[in-house]
Amino acid sequence: MSDARAAADETARTSYGRLLAWLSSRTRDVAAAEDALADAFNAALETWPERGIPQSPEAWLLTTARRKLIDNARRQKTRADNIPALTLAAEEAEAAISNNSPFPDERLKLLFICAHPAIDETIRTPLMLQTVLGLDAAKIASAFLVSPNAMSGRLVRAKRKIKSAHIPFETADKEDLAPRLTAVLEAIYASYGAGWNDTSGSESQRSGLAGEAIYLARLLTKLLPDEPEGWGLLALMLLAEARTNARCTDGQYIPLREQDTNLWNLDMIKYGETALATAWRLGEPGPFQIEAAIQSAHVSSMLYKKNVTEDLVLLYERLVELAPTIGACVGYAGALASASKAEDALKCLDGLDARRTEKYQPFWAVRAHILSVLNQTDDAAEAYDRAIGLAQDNAARKFLLEKKSAL
Amino acid sequence: MNYLFLLYDDEDAWDAMEEAKRNDIFGSYMAYTEALKKSNAHVAGAPLNHSREGKRIRQAGVQDGPFADGKEQLGGFYLVDVKDLDEALEWAARCPCASYGYVEVRPAWNVEQ
Repeated sequence: MSDARAAADETARTSYGRLLAWLSSRTRDVAAAEDALADAFNAALETWPERGIPQSPEAWLLTTARRKLIDNARRQKTRADNIPALTLAAEEAEAAISNNSPFPDERLKLLFICAHPAIDETIRTPLMLQTVLGLDAAKIASAFLVSPNAMSGRLVRAKRKIKSAHIPFETADKEDLAPRLTAVLEAIYASYGAGWNDTSGSESQRSGLAGEAIYLARLLTKLLPDEPEGWGLLALMLLAEARTNARCTDGQYIPLREQDTNLWNLDMIKYGETALATAWRLGEPGPFQIEAAIQSAHVSSMLYKKNVTEDLVLLYERLVELAPTIGACVGYAGALASASKAEDALKCLDGLDARRTEKYQPFWAVRAHILSVLNQTDDAAEAYDRAIGLAQDNAARKFLLEKKSAL
Repeated sequence: MNYLFLLYDDEDAWDAMEEAKRNDIFGSYMAYTEALKKSNAHVAGAPLNHSREGKRIRQAGVQDGPFADGKEQLGGFYLVDVKDLDEALEWAARCPCASYGYVEVRPAWNVEQ
């Protein structure tokens, strides 16, 4: 029994997304494909222990799933018009499998469906995590701080929308691709950031989705090797992830400059640098590449004792130009402060819309730091309080409380 | 929408805690309350004394605290006014109690409507 479960689990992990992508790109109904695939996995757990694990578990699951799809379609007369397409799809699948060639990888289509303009922005990342990686709604919900019931409901509605709005399962044309690709990249990056604060003050709380995000970015670079921003995103996450173990020891947050570089994952850094170099070679800079270059500068400042303060100011300047997000603006202010331009840094922060900064923790942490450099102690203390009050973990709170009491 | 945050933690641990750590936690709560106020989400809130000082009253009479046999006891509360449950959960996650105990989030009835 445990062998069969292990085989099913293994197939689920490695092939879930490919199986689902293949099935739903033919049925155009993600929810129905998911149900059929779930039935197929259940059937596997019942049959495999008795009859042994099939030679190609993927093929077995695919064949079983499409049979379930046809059964379900027959039962619900409304989808009867789907049956010819399904039968054709099944034949195609069996042909592909009997040729011993892998069935086509349709996950790119699935990624683009999930980030379609008709799909609400906040549900794109969860939808990707569920359809491409097979993550369950409860795990996704806790990473995004949403109740599991609400998350399930939102996912169901999103899939219904794909079906009712007839969102096409074709990869978009080159012109349409650019904005859609940005949405795909942003959704992948959101799963990296989910559940842990993107602040320099509290990088300690992790959701466990970082690995999934990196997997998705790697998948994207495999499916679209000529897109520099895909490589940029991959590089960005690898270079940040490589430092995870050094960020927090004994519940104490360790800022970059004080980290023990022996705890960094140098293989991951090398891999990240290679990805960034691949991106640059494609000759089309974009925000994710610039962000990766910023991480790369931080890394080399520590590993090779390079002075990168001016580089960082220039990189952030470019980033703000390309994508003036609140995070980029706050990062730019931080870089200015490090380059002894605290007054300019404060001006940069003051120029931001108060509604965007009100609950953005890194804004208050950086502002507090800048004010303390400028010896505006009272204002700095107030800003530290704001940053502490908005923090989500004890390591960050402790770090900021110490900074505040040192004023 | 009003939501009540019920803060549960190990109240005996609090009693046994060293001064410096207690000050840290105290400072964290002050900052959290301030952040709620600055965002106009704060309606009310207070830490509670040890549950052994609590009383329960029902028709049968009065019972002395502590009440539950679980380690975690109600130690404080916030009443917040926010847009929806998502925002309430976002604020609850920032509550220091979520880092070492747990925060129960309950939608409150709007009696006036």
